[in-house]
Amino acid sequence: MTTTTTIAPTGRKRIKTDDGFFLPEPSRLEKAVGPESARVIRGLLTNPLSVTGLVVVIFFLVVAAAAPVLAPPFQATADPYQIPRDGFGPTPQEPGSIWKRDVPPVPFWYEAVTGKQEWVHLFGTTSGQFDIYYGIVWGTRTALLVGVLVVFSGLLIGLIIGSISGYYGGFTDDFLMRITEIFMAFPFLLAALTLSAILVPLFGRGIWPSVIALVSFGWMGYARVIRGDILATKERDYVLSARTIGAKDGKILLRHILPNAIFTTMVLASLDVGAIVLTFAALSFLGVGTDIGYADWGQVISFARAYILSLDTYWYIIVYPGAALILFGLGWNLIGDGLRDVLDPRMKK
Amino acid sequence: MTAYILRRLVQLPLTVFGVTILIFLMLQVLSPSERAALYIRDIPKNPAQIDRVIKRYGLDKPIHIQYINWLIGTVDQDTGDRVGGVLRADLGYSRTGREPVIDLLLRRLPATAELAIWSFIPILGIGIWLGIIAAINHNKLIDQIARVFSIVGYSFPTFVFGLLVLMLFYAKTGWFPPGRLSDWAVQVVSDPGFIQYTSLNSFDALLNGRIDVFLDALRHMFLPIITLSYLSWALLLRVTRSSMLETLGQDYIRTARSKGVAEKNVVNQHARPNALIPVATIGGLTVVGLLNGVVITETVFNYPGLGSAVAAAAVSLDVLTVLGFVLFNATLLILANLIVDVMYAFLDPRVRLG
Repeated sequence: MTTTTTIAPTGRKRIKTDDGFFLPEPSRLEKAVGPESARVIRGLLTNPLSVTGLVVVIFFLVVAAAAPVLAPPFQATADPYQIPRDGFGPTPQEPGSIWKRDVPPVPFWYEAVTGKQEWVHLFGTTSGQFDIYYGIVWGTRTALLVGVLVVFSGLLIGLIIGSISGYYGGFTDDFLMRITEIFMAFPFLLAALTLSAILVPLFGRGIWPSVIALVSFGWMGYARVIRGDILATKERDYVLSARTIGAKDGKILLRHILPNAIFTTMVLASLDVGAIVLTFAALSFLGVGTDIGYADWGQVISFARAYILSLDTYWYIIVYPGAALILFGLGWNLIGDGLRDVLDPRMKK
Repeated sequence: MTAYILRRLVQLPLTVFGVTILIFLMLQVLSPSERAALYIRDIPKNPAQIDRVIKRYGLDKPIHIQYINWLIGTVDQDTGDRVGGVLRADLGYSRTGREPVIDLLLRRLPATAELAIWSFIPILGIGIWLGIIAAINHNKLIDQIARVFSIVGYSFPTFVFGLLVLMLFYAKTGWFPPGRLSDWAVQVVSDPGFIQYTSLNSFDALLNGRIDVFLDALRHMFLPIITLSYLSWALLLRVTRSSMLETLGQDYIRTARSKGVAEKNVVNQHARPNALIPVATIGGLTVVGLLNGVVITETVFNYPGLGSAVAAAAVSLDVLTVLGFVLFNATLLILANLIVDVMYAFLDPRVRLG
């Protein structure tokens, strides 16, 4: 039986446990998501830097969701990820120039906000007349899709390898960890660059070669972290009691160990979305990623390479898409920095 | 100590073996006719001739035999010569460079080496210095600025940073041009009277007593060096700062302070040597940063080194050239990590005894 008493001055109730200890009553947040997640959420929401990061990331989510409203594509039938172009001229047009050829539908809010009817290139055009504004708006979707896809797949591979390695130990562990080290002997960007170049003839240009390449060389960190956490968790008493009642390996691992060991890895992985998107953009920038004109930030920036000598005149071909990329990376990294503080065991009170 | 180094050395061949297997597996994704570029410069168009080439170099043999052939080369059935073989430093032919991959890599190596050597100085010096400054001013304004600088540094893609500094310091002001040397300096360097001791322009210029060429080389390398450095600064700053903070909280530091050691000496003599031990471990990461960094940095700045050659090869899907570079880099990285581990054991007795 538990009894509750109210302790002044905090007014927070305490619960007396069976063995006579007093524990604070769990708050509503703790009841909803569990004490560990509650501590993380509270830590994030009280740190101004990570709040800024959250706001930025939410902003990008909104832009991605509202892409068809912010920058309407031609028709429902055409591929919306293909950036519409205003002719084929090599010279970039500055922000605010009026759209002359093949004008896509004008968004309904545009006239209400500006009072004008002619659709303009809000952020100018690249060389080849791809609309930068459109590329940035729809590129947000590409970025989020690639980031989540790569991180999720990498996490899955890392979880499988790391759990088997940590749970069985011995030779299996040695073998799998050596394989992990071999993958780590390759510099990440270079390995991804190589594998994308190999995969392009198989899959054609698009996001897939880069995505597969990034996953192939991006799972090792997760495998190592989850292995370490499983090594610690499998020594717990409840695992032992599960084993004594004859539970099978798979059930012990999936039901008892993984749910208690997975937390740190999931958090670390979710933060990699920012870094992954930056690397994906780098691959596109170098030219092994998506096809020319695909709505993807690295692709849009790569047009600037032809105008290095006159970047002072055509500043907008690098500044706008560059700002989108930096903001995106910054948002995730700010959250990541806050999370690292919360998760660092030395910071626990 | 010796036992520790020996143990690490025994592991080394295993890792190298794994790395070659992985690279070889990536090669297998290519069709046999594309892999023929391992042995011949021009791949014939005619299907019958392609079949002959595949037979001639054993590209239809079982995979383990192909792997051994790839390592030590195969005997050309027509001429009886041994051709190919990664261990014989024959990496096949570069489709983009129209020459053996190894020649291309060796020709481009000095420019990249020069860039890397010059980059190490600001990377280590400024990165560690910033970290220490941030730690001894913990939670003061300067610490916050350093922290924000570090996060922003992480979030700044190399190619965007490179293009932005080019916009400011070249297109607008003309101070630091892209490329490796100005036209007049290229003429000086290619003059027979100018002796190429090292093929590193800046050092050769000093050895030949040409200060003007030296300055021109530095002027061209300045922006690439900054671009290569800032990412490592962000990393080094963070690691040095947290390590220094931890060390400053130790009992022996309190003892030193309480017996009246000047704060300057506490920081420089008591805390810093111990705080820098973990910093040594990220030496390997710095090397990775440089190897990844040169590909993008050299491409942005049009700098004729290994990185830009590899980027160009990757774009035209010239896999052999890229894989040659990857092999070279993986070897370098394994060696760098070995050196770091040994150095770490040397610096910190807990590692080799524990």
